[in-house]
Amino acid sequence: MPLDVLIVDDSAAIRKILQRVLRQADIPVRQFLEAGDGAEALELMRTQSVGLVLSDINMPNMDGLELLGRIKANEAWKDIPVVMVTTEGSQAKVMEAVQLGAAGYVRKPFTAEQIKEKLSGLVGM
Amino acid sequence: METGVSHEELVQAIHAATAEVFTTMLGLEAAPQPYYVENTAPQPSDGVVSLIGLAGRWVGTGSISCSVAFALKISSHLLMASFEAVNDEVLDAVAEVTNMIIGNVKTALEEKLGPLGLSIPTVIYGRNFTTRTIGNNEWVVAPFHCEGERMDVQVCLAPSRSENPVRPGFPNPHVVGTV
Repeated sequence: MPLDVLIVDDSAAIRKILQRVLRQADIPVRQFLEAGDGAEALELMRTQSVGLVLSDINMPNMDGLELLGRIKANEAWKDIPVVMVTTEGSQAKVMEAVQLGAAGYVRKPFTAEQIKEKLSGLVGM
Repeated sequence: METGVSHEELVQAIHAATAEVFTTMLGLEAAPQPYYVENTAPQPSDGVVSLIGLAGRWVGTGSISCSVAFALKISSHLLMASFEAVNDEVLDAVAEVTNMIIGNVKTALEEKLGPLGLSIPTVIYGRNFTTRTIGNNEWVVAPFHCEGERMDVQVCLAPSRSENPVRPGFPNPHVVGTV
């Protein structure tokens, strides 16, 4: 079943690249939603159906770890897989994301294969 | 640099991060040139400069500077689109390349310097401008050649004097002015 994918990153370039990579990887997507930070993402999620979230960590206003925590604390959203796509490569950040319930962690720079490998299990490919 | 990380270790981290970002995201090869150290950040009089602050027990700034032509080239490769003039997409692409390179340098340095926060990138584009960082800290400058163009990756780091040093998003004061 095609997914509604929410891409959260303060870089419009990365949001565009991730959409291209998901299309190339044949991930079944119904629509892409975009947000520039965690707060914008939560606003979108209140009005839109979302089946998968790809989120950066370092963002203004609300970072990706706070967004992840809020999604996992919400009964309606807690089962939505959230994959962190970020330059933050420190073990402490990876562990924090895992403990908060991240479904995956992809470090920038990334290849299309890495994204596909990380998402294929989550979207039932 | 006082202690913590040698110039060679810092340059090695810059070379590794730049090579990975260029090959993975841009499909380009960036050939590293001999590094040097300056007490003020050398900047082109024209072009694009992207700055990111680093903060932790050590504080400083990482930057990338290049010509407009090279900014257009890396943006075209990153976004798989053609750009003939600097616009918001180009500035965003340069910021993201900077974020990935300096972010990966940061991760490599954290093994020795402890956790470091990374600010949101700031990109400056124009003609006849200079930049300088407040203080007398030295900059390690790692030049790269790529398809006939030059790009400099520069990092300035010093021990924090703050009792509460971790302030991600608050880089060293940086001044930009026209000449």
